[in-house]
Amino acid sequence: MSKTAHKIHLNVDLEIAFTHVLAKKKQTIIVAFAVAIGIAAFIFLNSLVVGFNRDSDAALFKSTPHIRIYVDDKISQSLLQDPSSKTTSVIVNPKIINENKKLLNPAQIIEQIKSIESVTTATTWLNVNVFYNNGSSQLNGSSSGVDITEANAMFDIQSTIVEGNIQNLVSTPNGIILGVGIAENLNIKTDDNISVVSPLGIVKIMKVVGLFKTSNSVVDKTKSYMNLSIAQQLMAQGPDYITDIYVNTKDSDKAVQYVSTIKSITGYNAEDWKEANKSAEANKKTRGVMMGSISIIILIVAAFTIYNIVNMTVKQKMQDIAILKAQGFAGKSVVKIFITEAMIIGSLGTFMGMVLGAILIKALSKVYIGGDKGYFPIHFEPQIMLMGLMVGLFVTLIAGYIPARGAAKVDPVSIFRNL
Amino acid sequence: MNSILKAENITKFFYTPVEFKALNDVAFEVQQGEFVSIIGKSGSGKSTLLYILSTMDTEYGGKIYIDGNLITGLNQDKLARLRNSSIGFVFQFHYLLPEFSCLKNIMIPALKLGKYSREEIEYQAYEKLKLLELEEQALKPASKLSGGQQQRIAIARALINDPKIIMCDEPTGNLDSKNTEIVFNIFKRISAELNQTIITVTHDNDFAIASDRVIEMQDGKIINHGH
Ligand SMILES: Nc1ncnc2c1ncn2[C@@H]1O[C@H](COP(=O)(O)OP(=O)(O)O)[C@@H](O)[C@H]1O
Ligand SMILES: [Mg+2]
Repeated sequence: MSKTAHKIHLNVDLEIAFTHVLAKKKQTIIVAFAVAIGIAAFIFLNSLVVGFNRDSDAALFKSTPHIRIYVDDKISQSLLQDPSSKTTSVIVNPKIINENKKLLNPAQIIEQIKSIESVTTATTWLNVNVFYNNGSSQLNGSSSGVDITEANAMFDIQSTIVEGNIQNLVSTPNGIILGVGIAENLNIKTDDNISVVSPLGIVKIMKVVGLFKTSNSVVDKTKSYMNLSIAQQLMAQGPDYITDIYVNTKDSDKAVQYVSTIKSITGYNAEDWKEANKSAEANKKTRGVMMGSISIIILIVAAFTIYNIVNMTVKQKMQDIAILKAQGFAGKSVVKIFITEAMIIGSLGTFMGMVLGAILIKALSKVYIGGDKGYFPIHFEPQIMLMGLMVGLFVTLIAGYIPARGAAKVDPVSIFRNL
Repeated sequence: MNSILKAENITKFFYTPVEFKALNDVAFEVQQGEFVSIIGKSGSGKSTLLYILSTMDTEYGGKIYIDGNLITGLNQDKLARLRNSSIGFVFQFHYLLPEFSCLKNIMIPALKLGKYSREEIEYQAYEKLKLLELEEQALKPASKLSGGQQQRIAIARALINDPKIIMCDEPTGNLDSKNTEIVFNIFKRISAELNQTIITVTHDNDFAIASDRVIEMQDGKIINHGH
């Protein structure tokens, strides 16, 4: 008696469930393993999607702000302002007005936007199409007229610099930072001079103060950064000419929430990054649906194996169920017994699946794929682990509940009569 | 004397394969501490009656009172609790749970009842084993015992919660005379000494005659109340 007094004792329903499961260890392990594979696949595939999406977002945010503010295109209106007079026919030929894209009072707009909680950076931006000339060689591309310190705060340009320094642009008003592809094709090094021509025919001789290399070779062959004032001059505009304001927020996923606020504060159009990159978002959704459906199918198979074993146990144990009921076990006790059996197997399987999933993630994250990705973009995602755990337990509960309810309905009399 | 079980106008129909009246207006009363045998030809409705009295079959006409309380119409959970605390059941086949030791099999109804601590239940289970002269078998798996021993374990299990009524359906049907005698003596003892009520269906006329009272059934009716 003293021996048993020290043991922690289970409720009798649970004790019966554990005894049943322990009586068929081999089957339990096999089914738990099937569940483990399902959960591991679920965790692995979903971590893959999350990692991949995060990676492609990170690549996107190297050149795209969370929110862009700009002047919307206007469509021409009929000049006659009174279309109510039915007798007058108005011929309209709507087209985009080649109007000024200038944002009025950019400094004030930036100040207002920066006062919004959760806005981290806001900076003026002026893109200008240019030709890069060195002697007879010519390349066309696009240059961004920026406040380099602010631009760096937003896009971490410094991390892409391979020669020179972004600070050189601050100290050199006619400096330019080129993509390495441009430098290579025009045979230019840092500290060389280069002539930059705008579509308006304005020519600027500029000094190369740095070279950058991104993961995208097209960008490296076309893109450059210069001071805002030079960009304005290339467009034959004054020092307050700004077409874009770029805004970053604390959480890119919530950026869309601020779009309408920004629109109403500034009176200009604003667009969040998802809106601006609809095809990337569509790709993400496709990936999500693909992986989601694969992992759901695997989970259904896992659920079915649990359902199967519990169902089989119930069939084998009809007589035991009848005896328990005769002895005063109520239907809910019987449900509890068989759900517990399912939960023992299912939680064992889920736990094994989490470990297996973590191992798979670890292994794949060490695979080098090169290109602009480097190592495979998969990481240990705690929220997906948690989801795997919850999905595993939930699926087990459902898969166990169906046969358990059947067991609870067993009529002991009909069992005893037929024996 | 205290009426422990009272059946009023019990009728039972089966509808498959054809409509058939298995019990026809059965009425009788059993006093606390009585040891009652029910006899009758095969097919006379003894088992059917016992399943109804034991509350496992709830589809019948008439009324049943246990210890003065109407139990007809109670919901399944209440009936389960009643079976657990007040009715012990012994079948012709022992029906022990094969994964559990003999001791555990006996303890399970008491663990379900939850009235005593596990240590006390274990102690009581040993007491029942002693009563049935089986204490050496306590820790063996139920399946390792002989048929007669298993049936005695099943009786110990039926006694563990000290139920007011013990119902048996041919409990000695598969037992040799030695085991039959042990079972009979125990029934005799617990009804006489512990005032527990025994209602047992039997084919064994000597067994029946030696009990306190014999009820005889024929074609779904009681033809002899035994007093
Ligand atoms: N589930 C059932 N369906 C139809 N008829 C049944 C069923 N169970 C028992 N019977 C019939 O009811 C009658 C009484 O059966 P039973 O109570 O088992 O008799 P006994 O136990 O006295 O031998 C028999 O004729 C039997 O065939
Ligand atoms: Mg019978």
